[in-house]
Formats: sequence, C-alpha cells, structure tokens
Amino acid sequence: MRVALFLTCVNDTLYPGTGRAVVKLLAGLGVDVDFPLGQTCCGQPQYNTGYRRGTEPIARRLAEVFRDHDAVVTPSGSCAAMVREMYPRLGERARAEGRGDALATALAPLADKTYELTEFLVDVLGVTDVGAWYPHTVTYHPTCHGLRSLRLGDRPLRLLRAVRGLELVELPGAEECCGFGGTFAVKNPGVSVAMGTDKVRSAEGTGAEVLCAADNSCLLHLGGLLGRQGSRMRPVHIAEILASTREEVRR
Amino acid sequence: MSATPLGMPAFPDAARDALRDTTLRGNLRHATHTIRDKRARAVAELSDWARLREAGKQIKDHTLRHLDHYLLRLEESVTAAGGTVHWAADAADANRIVTALVKATGEREVVKVKSMATQEIGLNEALAAEGIRAYETDLAELIVQLADDRPSHILVPAIHLNRAEIRDVLVSAMGDWGRPAPDGLTDAPAELAEAARLHLREKFLRAKVGVSGANFMVAETGTMVVVESEGNGRMCLTLPETLISVVGIEKVVPAWRDLEVFLQTLPRSSTAERMNPYTSMWTGVTDTDGPSAFHLVLLDNGRTDTLADEVGRQALRCIRCSACLNVCPVYERAGGHAYGSVYPGPIGAILSPQLRGTGSAVDASLPYASSLCGACYDVCPVAIDIPEVLVRLRERVVEGGPAVRRGTRVVLRPARGHAAQRAAMRAAGWVFTRPTALAAGQRLLSRTRRLHPRRLPGPGRAWSADRDLPEVPEESFRDWWRRTSGGRDSAGGSGREERS
Repeated sequence: MRVALFLTCVNDTLYPGTGRAVVKLLAGLGVDVDFPLGQTCCGQPQYNTGYRRGTEPIARRLAEVFRDHDAVVTPSGSCAAMVREMYPRLGERARAEGRGDALATALAPLADKTYELTEFLVDVLGVTDVGAWYPHTVTYHPTCHGLRSLRLGDRPLRLLRAVRGLELVELPGAEECCGFGGTFAVKNPGVSVAMGTDKVRSAEGTGAEVLCAADNSCLLHLGGLLGRQGSRMRPVHIAEILASTREEVRR
Repeated sequence: MSATPLGMPAFPDAARDALRDTTLRGNLRHATHTIRDKRARAVAELSDWARLREAGKQIKDHTLRHLDHYLLRLEESVTAAGGTVHWAADAADANRIVTALVKATGEREVVKVKSMATQEIGLNEALAAEGIRAYETDLAELIVQLADDRPSHILVPAIHLNRAEIRDVLVSAMGDWGRPAPDGLTDAPAELAEAARLHLREKFLRAKVGVSGANFMVAETGTMVVVESEGNGRMCLTLPETLISVVGIEKVVPAWRDLEVFLQTLPRSSTAERMNPYTSMWTGVTDTDGPSAFHLVLLDNGRTDTLADEVGRQALRCIRCSACLNVCPVYERAGGHAYGSVYPGPIGAILSPQLRGTGSAVDASLPYASSLCGACYDVCPVAIDIPEVLVRLRERVVEGGPAVRRGTRVVLRPARGHAAQRAAMRAAGWVFTRPTALAAGQRLLSRTRRLHPRRLPGPGRAWSADRDLPEVPEESFRDWWRRTSGGRDSAGGSGREERS
C-alpha cells in the first residue's frame, strides 16, 4: 500500500514537529510514508469564507498530487473533513451549474482514500496500542470536525488510553467548540475569544499538564490564549504524544 | 422582510456589547444549558429518532418541491370549511390585509397568540399606526412587549431576562396596559405567572378579534395547528368572534398523517417534552363553537425567493423548535438581539439573509456569525445542514452570483467591504497552487522569526489582541523532509520543539 502524508499548510508551516511525529509513528508501525512536495493546502480557508470557485483549482491540484497513492493520511480532522465532505460538494455544485462531471470525477478518488490520522491507525492499521510512552496528565479536546463530520468517536481516546505513563482526565464540556473556526477567529474575535477562554478554563480545571487534540488549528487558538494568559498548560497534538517513546523522553 | 431594525450594527459589533453584559451571559448560559440537557434526554428516549428526523426532512422537502400544488389545495380546503384565504406577497401586503380585516369588525384591540410571522412583518406596529392595540398573550411575549424590548429567542423570547428583571417589568409597566401587578409582587415564578394570568384574563374575555400564527397547516383538510404550553393560545383561538391567522407559506404539510412525525419531533426538540401541553387545531368555522369568521393570511415575504436557491432552500424546512439556538456556542455568548431579527441563532443566521437579502450590515455579517462547529445540524429535527447553508450564503456575500429577488432573477454583486479579504484569498490561492512559492514564503517567515512582533497591526489585531501568535519554527516540514529525505538521512533532523 502506497501511503502519503497530507500534512496541511498550517502544520507544514507552523508545526513541523507534528509532521515528523506522524512519519516516526507510522514508520514504527511498518508504514513507509511518502510526502509529495507538490502538496500545499486543501482550500478550506477559501471554501469556508465563501470563495467556492477559488477553492476549485486548489482542490484539483491536491487530488492530482495524490493521484498514485492508495491512502492519504492527515493529522487534521478539519482538513480530512474538507476533503471527504466538501470535495464531493464542490463536484455536485459544478455539475448543478452545468459544468459537467469533470470536477466531481477529479476529486472523488481523493475523498475516498483520505483518512484522519487516528482513524487510519484504528480502522486501517487496526492498532490502538502504538507502543508510546508519555508520562504526563492529559486532557483531550475532540475538535468539531473530528467529532461531528468524521465521527471519530472514541478512537483518539482508545489510542491515548493505551499510552504507557499517560493519565487521561476527562474534559468537561468536551463537545463544545473551542471558538477557532478558521476566519471566524478574526471576523468575530469577541465571541471566538469568549468561547476559547471557557474551553481553556475547563481544561485547566482538570489539572492536566497537557491539552491534546487531533488538530493543530484549534490548538493554535487555544495555545494562543493559554500563552497570553500565562498558563502552564501545554497544547500538544495527539501525533506527538503517540510518537513519543521512553528512549526519546530520556534523551 | 420589513422588520430589520434600522441601523442595526453588524453581528460582531452587536455581539461585543452582549459579551460585556455579564448578567445576560449568565442568564443565557444557564437557560440554554438546562434546555439542551433536557432535550438530549427526551430525544434519547425514542429509539427511532433518526428515522423520525429523516421522515420530517422528506415530508418537508416533498412539500417544498410541490409548494404551489399544496398551497392551492390548502386554499380549497380552507374555503370549503368556511374560511377565507388571503395571499400576501410581502410584509406591507400582509399588514394591509390584517389591518383592513380588523377595521371591518369595528374593533380597536386584538389579542395575539405568539406568532413569529406577525413579528417578522411588524404587525403590531402597523396596527398601532391605525389606532389598533395588539395585546401579546404568550407570557414571554407579554414581558417583552411590556418591557418595550425585542424577543431574543424563538421559544423563550424573554430568555435574556432573569426573574428579578421580569418582576420589575411587570410592576412598572402592567398598569399602562390594563390590570396592574398586585402589590408586593415577588419574583417567585408562581406569583409572576398569577399576576400575568389576572392581567390577561381581562383581555381574553373582552376581545372580539384574535390574531394567531400556526405551526402547521394541513392541505388536505384545511386545518391549522398551534402547539403551545400555556393555554393562552387556545383562549385566543376560541374566544374571539373573528380569528385571523398569519402563516408563512412553508408551514403547509400535505396530509393529516404527516402531523404524526412533527408532533413527536417538535415538542421534544423545543421544550424537551414528550408531548406539549396544548395542541389546538381548527378547521374553518363551526356554528356555535369558536370564532364565526376565520381568515388565513398566507405570507410569502421572501420565501419563494429562498426556494429558488438549491442549497439555501432547506432553511424552509424549519419547524421553529429552537433546538439549534440552545446548542449554539455563538448564540450562547452573543445573545439573540445581536442577530437583528425575530429569528436569532443559527437558523436566523441563514433565514434572515435569505428572506431579507444581504443588503444591510447585519444581514451581510450573519453568514459569518458561526464557527461552523456543526452542533446545530446535529440537533435539527428536520436535518437542516445549517453550516452548509452558511457557507453558501458567504459565497453569495463575497462572490455574488445569481439569485431570485421578489420573483425576478438577478445577479448579485459581491458585497462591499471585502476587497482586502478578497485580495488575501486570491494571493493565498495563488500560493496554494504553487508549492515553490509556498516554500519560499515559509523560508522567509522562518528567517525573520526573531523579528516577528508579539502583536499585529491592522487586520491581524483581531487575533493578537487577546491571543499569542504562534512561534514560527526554524524550518518548515517540507524543508526538513527535503534536507533529510524524511528523516532517513539524519536521525530526526533539526529537532527543535516548537512548543517547548
């Protein structure tokens, strides 16, 4: 099986550590991932802000970049949801506008073979214990797209529970949005910050050292609030926890 | 839709004021969380909820596809049962029709059962301009009317007020509208309800004209249905001599049998009740029982325009249960008034810009009043994909395109004030289709990382006023991959931890 990593523009630019963690994690499980350098972004910023036609060339090129791979894995629930849910809609809308099936045909294969990381681990590789060691108290925020679009369910929690040394504490109001929402964070900063502040407060209330999620975009927003408020809680992507081993922590 | 508050600010500005009001935020948080938890329990009791939801969606979609047919069928049935049907294209039409009907009775006052359609068209104000006083009889509507306030929730219009505030309203304003509040009124719920009851009873017994809305209209029988909790609605529907119902055309269902679905999904979604306390149904007029004259005003007011949009039309499935308001994290913090409409919350954010167009500041900002978290779609008993419609409306705001306004095909121009955003999106689109440009941008960002300010000027201020900016790493992932062949050339490459 030829597996490709779709890292997403946010991770590539700001969180390369998450990408390195995914590569290491999958290699440890016997999967040799490829990273096609032609990849950029899924087009979600454009699509969600209303620039649907502007999304099309970005989506087309992403589908083209991964054309020869059997599976595409991404450590981002929201970008996985974009490809899986919205790409078919882009195709449908093009068809409804009388532009034929070309876009739908181009995008469908990528939508069918794209997996969010925890989904790939549990459903495709069939593992929940990835052999990780992470001696910290962790609380998990299930991001909206992971929760309601991809229906990840308890897959991330099963993975975290199998990590040695990790103490998982429940996050009250876990299913509520953190308030990031892409451009929402700057178009409605007041409400966005209010939502994020409530999320950060409940996370801190758990006493955990680490706030974990399967999407760095949400963690970017929550981490920004934690930093500004001088909190000691650290935002960490689930891939970095799952890739962490005893040797690495000692080193 | 005529009732756009004049000069209503865009959503983010209105929300900012609400966010500063800690009492309001407390009231909202308490109320929405209580209702949402109860609703979840009531829904979990039904093993076939998913099928009921799908059935409701199918019935509504089918009816909307054949709306012309079912409305004519409804008119036939209502007429055959002794009622009169009036067609109102817009708010002005509807107000004119109702005012003329009330005037024809020679009366100067009407009692009203809570009706969103009449609030949508501003009927009370139109009647007042003709010297006719309209008395709201739903308890929460009464409070809002006495307070000279606006409703802020579909089901609980006074959700933004707490008991103490409500007591103050009753004490200070009730006397101006009829029987005053009793001396020594406290904020105990039973006392507040009793005071309103005594006040309203006088109105019910005196009124000769009632004005109502309806939750459903059954095409095959001509039956109107009102679902309520207090019984005030039933008084309005049965005591007056003349009953005028103002109902949006999307409220029609084909057959009596269809109520089987909605009378299960509506109460559980709205009040978390298995069945609502009062379900009143009336079909035309009957000798010696109920009103002797019945008028049905069928209101369009932007609904057929909405129907023309293949994505947005699903908003017309809405049965006004308000479940989406109670789970919405944005509504919970911004409050209902920020939406500038009788329809607040997620459903309001997609309904108002469709019914009224995206011309005003508030209507152009409503499609962006959401983080697209999807909680509203999950709870909707008729499966309206609100996030999908929001994105569709954003597209209409920034890209313009074909639409139907007042029955005529038009091509909307992009809204003003998005030039900078459009330029940024175009630039990002250019970069995202050129990986070498992206890599160059990342390198520039990395090389200048020590020079990045902690707070950004201009549009970036919205982010950095309350949130730290992320630290830019020394090297992007793609550069690391290229340098180390994905870690194969050196053990892990440059291992700087971004968040340490």
